[in-house]
Amino acid sequence: MSLLHTVNKSPFESNTFDACLNLAKSGSTVLLIEDGVYAATTGNSVADKIKNTTDINFCVLGPDAQARGIEGKLAEGIKVVDYEGFVDLVAEHDAVQAWL
Amino acid sequence: MAKKFMYVNRKPPYGTIYALESLEVVLIGAAFDQDVSLAFIGDGVYQLTKGQDTKAIGQKNFSPVYSALGDYEVTKIYIEKESLEERGLTLDDLQHLVWEDEDDDWAEKDSIRLVSRAELADVLDDQDVLLSF
Amino acid sequence: MPIEANGKTFETDEEGYLANLNDWEPAIATAMAEAEDCTLTDEHWDIINFLREYYEEYQIAPAVRVLTKAVGKKLGKEKGNSKYLYELFPYGPGKQACKYAGLPKPTGCV
Repeated sequence: MSLLHTVNKSPFESNTFDACLNLAKSGSTVLLIEDGVYAATTGNSVADKIKNTTDINFCVLGPDAQARGIEGKLAEGIKVVDYEGFVDLVAEHDAVQAWL
Repeated sequence: MAKKFMYVNRKPPYGTIYALESLEVVLIGAAFDQDVSLAFIGDGVYQLTKGQDTKAIGQKNFSPVYSALGDYEVTKIYIEKESLEERGLTLDDLQHLVWEDEDDDWAEKDSIRLVSRAELADVLDDQDVLLSF
Repeated sequence: MPIEANGKTFETDEEGYLANLNDWEPAIATAMAEAEDCTLTDEHWDIINFLREYYEEYQIAPAVRVLTKAVGKKLGKEKGNSKYLYELFPYGPGKQACKYAGLPKPTGCV
């Protein structure tokens, strides 16, 4: 059993990303979408959270990162997916938990 | 007597409608000849990032509109320094916004004012009207 | 009402503004002008082209006040006043010229 978690809120103005990390199990996937993509940027106060969570697979929705002009600031090792990749992730996991 | 109007922007663009709504109100409000300024704090600083490309999300890229603010005589744009730093950003990551001074042979002047939290608190305190987005 | 130009039909909104900015071609401006008994001169085209360039760069149709000032800077002081612009576009430079240019109605223009 493996879950896909999606987070669509900025980590700087909401505790949604933390709430997700609190319950995401080892081996699950966290996909950052919409304003959630800012959690995947480096050089800031939340960057360590992804860096220190090595047993979770972090992904970012590329179109949302491009829209916000942060594609060049994404942390190393974060997988960028497009909408098709989003669908694949949903299909590959047993269920989806959308953290709103 | 012109009043001091400040638009306080705290939300990132595209995820919610706040940023675009604020911009529209600023443009409409600019017709009323008041002393207008904008503040970007918290995630609001993300509204001004360079290189926004919204083709893939099917929304209008409204980031070019910020560079027209000078034409609308909106020439004071305050960016909170701490908010930028918390997000690992510097002024180089943001658009360079300028206005042209008609009374000074259209000389280009900087619109952006990088201010500390304490300085911004004073600027806020000095306003007649605050509009929050 | 859709507008006919160059043998093609283009969609407009209920106020006659072109539905899709990218559909625009000069014949549309001519057709829109003819429908309002207006013959486009070089002076009209200066403003129409200016508006299209402005939109291309800033993604907004400028307010009349902004247009007036910008025209004055680009095309000369004698053209950067509302008398000149209203003579060219008696229905209002914002409304009429933006419409011919295929732009949306300027923000804040009622």
